[in-house]
Amino acid sequence: MQVIEARQLVKRFGKFTAVNGVSFQVERGEFFGLLGPNGAGKTSAIRMVYGFSPITSGDMAVFGLDIRTDWRRIRSRIGVCQQDNTLDPDLTVEQNLLLFARYFEINRDLARERAEQQLEFFALTNKRNARVMELSGGLARRLQLARALISEPDLLILDEPTTGLDPQSRYQVWDRLFELKKRGLTMLLTTHYMSEAESLCDRLLIMDHGDIVTEGRPRRLITEHTAESVIEIEGPSEELRSYIREHTIRHDDLGQRMIIYTEANGKMEAEIRSRFCMEACLFRPGNLEDVFLRLTGRGLRE
Amino acid sequence: MSRVDLLRISFRFRHVWFRNLITYRRIWRVNFLVPLLEPAFYIAAFGLGFSGLIEEVNYGGRDLAYTEFMAPALVATACMWNAFFETTYASFVRMYYQKTYDGLLATPLSLEEIILAEIVWAATKAAAAVTLMLVVLVPLGFADFPGAFFCIPLAFFGGLAFAAIGMCFTGIIPTIDMFNLPIFLFITPMFLFSGTFFPLSGIPDWARIITFFFPLYHLVELTRFFCIGTMESNLFVNLSYLLVFFIVFGYLALLAMKRRLTQ
Ligand SMILES: Nc1ncnc2c1ncn2[C@@H]1O[C@H](COP(=O)(O)OP(=O)(O)O)[C@@H](O)[C@H]1O
Ligand SMILES: [Mg+2]
Repeated sequence: MQVIEARQLVKRFGKFTAVNGVSFQVERGEFFGLLGPNGAGKTSAIRMVYGFSPITSGDMAVFGLDIRTDWRRIRSRIGVCQQDNTLDPDLTVEQNLLLFARYFEINRDLARERAEQQLEFFALTNKRNARVMELSGGLARRLQLARALISEPDLLILDEPTTGLDPQSRYQVWDRLFELKKRGLTMLLTTHYMSEAESLCDRLLIMDHGDIVTEGRPRRLITEHTAESVIEIEGPSEELRSYIREHTIRHDDLGQRMIIYTEANGKMEAEIRSRFCMEACLFRPGNLEDVFLRLTGRGLRE
Repeated sequence: MSRVDLLRISFRFRHVWFRNLITYRRIWRVNFLVPLLEPAFYIAAFGLGFSGLIEEVNYGGRDLAYTEFMAPALVATACMWNAFFETTYASFVRMYYQKTYDGLLATPLSLEEIILAEIVWAATKAAAAVTLMLVVLVPLGFADFPGAFFCIPLAFFGGLAFAAIGMCFTGIIPTIDMFNLPIFLFITPMFLFSGTFFPLSGIPDWARIITFFFPLYHLVELTRFFCIGTMESNLFVNLSYLLVFFIVFGYLALLAMKRRLTQ
């Protein structure tokens, strides 16, 4: 059975369409990523999954239940780590966890036990009595994750869980998410970090302007839209440009820089390397960021 | 989809009430002091300052010292201020700055339950403040023992009415500093003209009719009845008015908040 089944999901704010007929499925145990530039409609889409925002049109079933009618049962089985910090600043770390357990009607002894587990899992044990107001960004985010897991959900929804964190905290969060993935938890994630999506997600969906741009497994998206191997050449010559045109090689011409997508260790790569790589030349494997920028463009958003 | 659905209200709302209680307990020392000191200040000010100016007040067929007349009204106004401040400033901070409601809406709670919990909590806080005031007023002889203790459930009941209308303003006001407006135009006039500082028997009919629509007037009458055993109106009329006021504005509060928070 699908954990999430979204069909022709639409979200409008007045006349503005934030999500424009998006369909996707998330299977049990899957780590599903939702990517897209700012304003693409990721948060709007996610909020319809847990019944925070009403659906303008389309269908949303979670655990096979309809979000419109069974929202309470669905929410009692979901953990959400929202994009904004919604922790209670006046309370302590532990109080935040215990109170949240209450909203899910978890009895007090069980809540204590689980809070203990979560504190340990997120390395917050020695901060249990710290007030949330005093926590750093990384600690607060870990607490938000811990709080989302206190009800032992069957689905964890993560809206940009690592945005704004320093690299140390980010790696720690990734490490925890990996651990949860190993345990078989179904997760829905949005992120701006392509390396995060590439290494964590089983399947991704890239959105832009409320529409689906592409969907699939990260490796497949890379080979499909870019290539295994990428050459970046600074200050490309006219000679290079005409060579590329002649051989219809997949590329992006950014004026000052040329990005060429080729087969790894292929004939083309060797030829470009020998003929056009005089000075500033970079060879690297293709990655999700290439896919993302190719498909959603390089223009600034917002 | 921003329709109010009363069927979405279950007893789960108590968990949000409890959340507010926990937060309140963290700063209880500050919360504790105001209701204890406020009546003492008023009574000292009016008792010392007014004693030469006003001899006695005729109210409900009795001649009362001015402080005796005024003290029970302080119980009612404290109830109003506490409940109204809680669902305006405090709720606005939770809704807008702390995003508490956003967090709660990721749990099995409905928005209706959250708003109801806020209103019930504000009424609870009003009742707590009144309890503390009575600790001062009863020993000083300004409120009868044990009748005055009926003011505690009464403060909860009246608190619901003021909390409900406060929540309505929270549902429509754009920024937090604009609460000045309902306070200046609604709460302050009510505070002054609800038979709090002078009996209504001395004012013209048209003014009395306006006063009748102030929920505070009804609460003042009731607190006076329970504190000194005298009133100039009908107990059931007062209670009914407050109940209707709560139901009407409670529903409007749900509607306004639902409009505001449904995205
Ligand atoms: N409550 C709202 N009212 C009006 N417009 C909104 C609201 N929430 C989001 N939007 C708009 O919808 C678009 C998508 O927003 P969002 O889903 O937050 O994007 P993302 O999470 O991908 O950055 C943006 O243009 C945003 O301004
Ligand atoms: Mg977002």
